[in-house]
Amino acid sequence: MTPPPRVALFVTCLVDLHRPSVGFAAIRLLEAAGCQVDVPRAQTCCGQPAYNSGDRATARDLARGIIDAFAGYDYIVVPSGSCGGMLRDHVPGLFEDDPELRRRADVMAAKTYELVSFLTDMRGMTDPQAAYAGTVTYHDSCAGLRELGVRDQPRALLGKVAGLTLTEMAEPEVCCGFGGTFCVKYPDISTRMVADKTRDIAATGADTLLAGDMGCLLNMAGRLAREGSNIQVRHVAEVLAGMTQELPAIGRARDGR
Amino acid sequence: MQITSPAFKSNVAEALADPHLQKALHFTRPRFPERRAAAVAALPEFETLRDIGRDIKNHTLANLDFYLEIWADNVEKSGGQVHWCATADDARAAVLAICQRVGAKTVTKGKSMISEELGINEHLEKHGIEPVETDLGEYILQIRGEGPSHIIAPAFHLNREDWEESFRKTHTDLPADRVFGERRDIMVEARTILREKFIAADVGITGANFLIAETGSSVIVTNEGNGDLTQTLPKVHIALASIEKLVPTLEDATSLLRLLARSATGQDFSVYTTFSTGARRPDDLDGPEEYHVVVIDNGRSAMIGTEFQDMLRCIRCAACMNHCPVYFTVGGHSYGWVYPGPMGSVLTPSLIGVEKAGHLPNASTFCGKCESVCPVKIPLPKLMRHWREREFERHLTPGAMRNNLAIWGWFARRPQLYRAATRVAAWGLGLLGRKRGRFSWLPFAGGWTDGRDLPAPEGDTFFARYARQQRHKS
Ligand code: SF4
Repeated sequence: MTPPPRVALFVTCLVDLHRPSVGFAAIRLLEAAGCQVDVPRAQTCCGQPAYNSGDRATARDLARGIIDAFAGYDYIVVPSGSCGGMLRDHVPGLFEDDPELRRRADVMAAKTYELVSFLTDMRGMTDPQAAYAGTVTYHDSCAGLRELGVRDQPRALLGKVAGLTLTEMAEPEVCCGFGGTFCVKYPDISTRMVADKTRDIAATGADTLLAGDMGCLLNMAGRLAREGSNIQVRHVAEVLAGMTQELPAIGRARDGR
Repeated sequence: MQITSPAFKSNVAEALADPHLQKALHFTRPRFPERRAAAVAALPEFETLRDIGRDIKNHTLANLDFYLEIWADNVEKSGGQVHWCATADDARAAVLAICQRVGAKTVTKGKSMISEELGINEHLEKHGIEPVETDLGEYILQIRGEGPSHIIAPAFHLNREDWEESFRKTHTDLPADRVFGERRDIMVEARTILREKFIAADVGITGANFLIAETGSSVIVTNEGNGDLTQTLPKVHIALASIEKLVPTLEDATSLLRLLARSATGQDFSVYTTFSTGARRPDDLDGPEEYHVVVIDNGRSAMIGTEFQDMLRCIRCAACMNHCPVYFTVGGHSYGWVYPGPMGSVLTPSLIGVEKAGHLPNASTFCGKCESVCPVKIPLPKLMRHWREREFERHLTPGAMRNNLAIWGWFARRPQLYRAATRVAAWGLGLLGRKRGRFSWLPFAGGWTDGRDLPAPEGDTFFARYARQQRHKS
């Protein structure tokens, strides 16, 4: 028997700070898919806030730390398309002038996967063995979709969740307006964009909204709550890991309101 | 055109509060993407064609001086004249000199973004020459004294009521009780008025979608045929073109034409595609007696060899803005100059300076939709990020933003301290937000909480919980 692959979980700063359960859901799913999961301690953030604000020096420093901390694993798995995209598509470009770091960054990039697509494409998961009673709509987060090609994988797994009905938005691929620092730099544009998004979400009649990125989820959950909507918002990993009974939806009190 | 890009934020506030604009944006928003998607689906080699388009442009840009010389030779051989203009001033002067030499009173114009960039109309008016826009959209904008809000549909921010109102106000010699039942009525009225202008014009000015080196031709595409009347009826035709419009061969031009219409309007081909080569020859039936090309640099050559060179591949199809959720939220005028949307967010800082246009490359979520539809595969988000880097290096990034980033960066580089700090933050916010699960207001979070709640964290960080769990296990 081949030994289980050694997978390093890149937790992401938003999951660490905001919704640790998503990290545990990821571990549960990876273990169910036969991986040996480790969480390197020397990780903080993938560096997107700096990188997308034009601060390459900070982004490089953080990237070097990640390259060191995540060397030696078979795979690096990230429960976020945008942080995964950062590690896979952007970090190598930070080291154009340093061949050795560039080489190590390329090695790291080639081993990096977004969680759900890793489960299906690399581990052959077809049925997450979970149940969820609800009508769900799924938002395609931009970087996961356009940088990493995550679209059909979450839908395929959700299709196997017992009791779950998937219903599509008219435009599931349109940006929710989060955009990292964009949402605080241009809050009025961001708010209008998320309002367009929540209109599309509400029109599906779904009772649950799922996505694979905490940033988008906080944005959409925040807007839905402000509108007084009852739609429950969760990270897709929570549903796939069968964890929804263990914690309230994003932005909801313990009694679910 | 007056620059209001520095006031981007207040432009946006106005745009968001303007119900007419929002109505027009809402009406048009789904149309461009639908049409493009249908056209692309019907052409299996579209993706390959995008690579070809990118390569043609890259090759030309890498050998621009070489092809420009060949092109200019061929223009002159076919009886045309080339005017090299380094700056907008030079170009305005060149156009004016031609018009004055032939004693022009009126000048008809085809739709041209470079003409907007140069401010040709204002310059001609100042010198007593009347420019008449002949593209329907540009015509109404001229009547209303507005600038374009889109590079191929310049007046789509107007609703039909706006058209009717402007036409009634301007065309006062027509019967006041005439009825505008549908879009066609507007077109017919404009056409009648413009016919006379076409015939009276002394000079016709157009832009150029492409310049072709091997033949010395300029190419324009239109759907109204106005550009063709503009360039063939008057005695003098002036084509305005920036240097990056050049392609080596006719074959290259046709490859790009196949991409252009599909990307722009979802048509297989625009209604009129016209190639102009030289002036009228003795046995030609029609055409201008003089053919001039005013070829303009105005900041482009300074982009060559920099990280912004890729932007010079742009064929002005507008697909990037047609698919941009920010553009369709704020409208084209918010960007504050000639070029809006993602392509404008990259190009405008190059042309007017990032000090003035700094907001533009920042006002993007980097959703990447623009890059995914760009027919010549310009990495627009990456180029916007390069502008942010330039701003950061030059300390143009707002101070508060820099400070926050610096503090965050300091912690994020030190995982141990970061752990401790985030733990306190998560715990505090978790406790505060425990009852409702979210905040409707928090100090310093006004931008976020003005329009949405902020979900509260679970209360403990992942790493604290994970460490506890590992301890239990051992
Ligand atoms: S940047 Fe690309 S998509 Fe945008 S106008 Fe230019 S060619 Fe078209």
